Amino acid sequence: MKAYSLFKKDWQSELRTRYAINALAMFILVTISVILFSIGNEKITEYLTGGLLWVVIFFSAMSGLSRAFVSEEERGTSMTLHLMAAPATIFSGKLVFNLLLVFLMNFVITFLFVILFPSFIIKNVALFAIAFFLGNIGIAVSSTIIAAIISKASSKGTLYPVLSFPILLPLILTLLELTKFAMDGNSINGSLVEIFVLVCYDVIMGTASYLLFDFIWKE
Amino acid sequence: MIKYTVELNDLIKYFGRRLIFNGINFSFSSGNIYGVSGPNGSGKSTLVKIIADLISATRGKVTHEFDGKKIEPEELHNHLGFVSPYLFMYDEFSAEENLIHSSNIRGIKFNQERSDFLLTELNLFDRKNDLVRGYSSGMKQRLKFIFGLLHQPQLIILDEPTSNLDNPGKEIVYRIIREEAKNSLVIIASNEDSDLSLCNEIIELEKFKK
Repeated sequence: MKAYSLFKKDWQSELRTRYAINALAMFILVTISVILFSIGNEKITEYLTGGLLWVVIFFSAMSGLSRAFVSEEERGTSMTLHLMAAPATIFSGKLVFNLLLVFLMNFVITFLFVILFPSFIIKNVALFAIAFFLGNIGIAVSSTIIAAIISKASSKGTLYPVLSFPILLPLILTLLELTKFAMDGNSINGSLVEIFVLVCYDVIMGTASYLLFDFIWKE
Repeated sequence: MIKYTVELNDLIKYFGRRLIFNGINFSFSSGNIYGVSGPNGSGKSTLVKIIADLISATRGKVTHEFDGKKIEPEELHNHLGFVSPYLFMYDEFSAEENLIHSSNIRGIKFNQERSDFLLTELNLFDRKNDLVRGYSSGMKQRLKFIFGLLHQPQLIILDEPTSNLDNPGKEIVYRIIREEAKNSLVIIASNEDSDLSLCNEIIELEKFKK
């Protein structure tokens, strides 16, 4: 309930300041436009559009998801938050906020890919939905804990993608593989290993984040 | 009367290789006002931040007890009211919205009556629906007091409580501090003689530099 109240505060704050939403919307529009211009009339393969989807998602996450903690640090309200709630509550509230942002962002990106890229055809929608769901959770959890780490650093902008890349790489590679399977029309049973890798990634990152957050959050 | 105590055991703080203070042993108990004094850079804010568990000591221990029961660090925020110049409210919200959010995040019901009482006491009632970004520094300082006192904490830590306040504002704050100290433990970190004159006992940090 306390985490939900923190999420509610963050969401209301976001609606008033547009701190993350504007950054995300601009990034998505610009990136997809650049891809469309650079492709021109060329035909690209299905697999390449699947790859481009996750590239856009990765970099969009880099541009907007660090805001959860960075905005608190930049406005000097980290201490205010510290004085209101336990670290676990703060992490949960920020995670819920980032989950919502990731799901919204990725729905928009996927929708734009579906309508703008004729070669983006998913034959097994259920498999893609599972990958999309588990992938979004993984991106949100990783981005939230990395945002907490970099919010204390002086060069936040550079550090975020640098730290995120090695942490998100196994997730992105697995998602690329599953997207390829979904485009090929493979069955869910035939993709269980990759699905379990995603589940394990989410569980490990979630548990490690909750355990580490106490140390990260306190100066 | 409730009993809230804070014990400092052999507290040492270094920033890098610079010693801030060494070997502070002190016992605070409710019903009193304590002062922490020292020149600029002597570590007043550092000490109160350590007591509030906002930063860690290099060595030593801080123990909080409420009615004889030890308070775990993750529960401390429910017992603590903290006011300082480096504390900021959310300026995209109004004063009342800030207070409602703070109560909700703490997991307690927003006390409208106490909020209105404190807003009236600190002359902010008429501006309670204005966004904090439009407040003067003195108004922001008074709002921090309300934020710190709304949940009726047993430990109130005031770091430079009268910074940015004019004389009438200071008088209001002193009156509130005296009133709150009847049931709570108040610690004031300040250089101002008028702030320290409220205190029953004062820790002089210059004595803990070796």
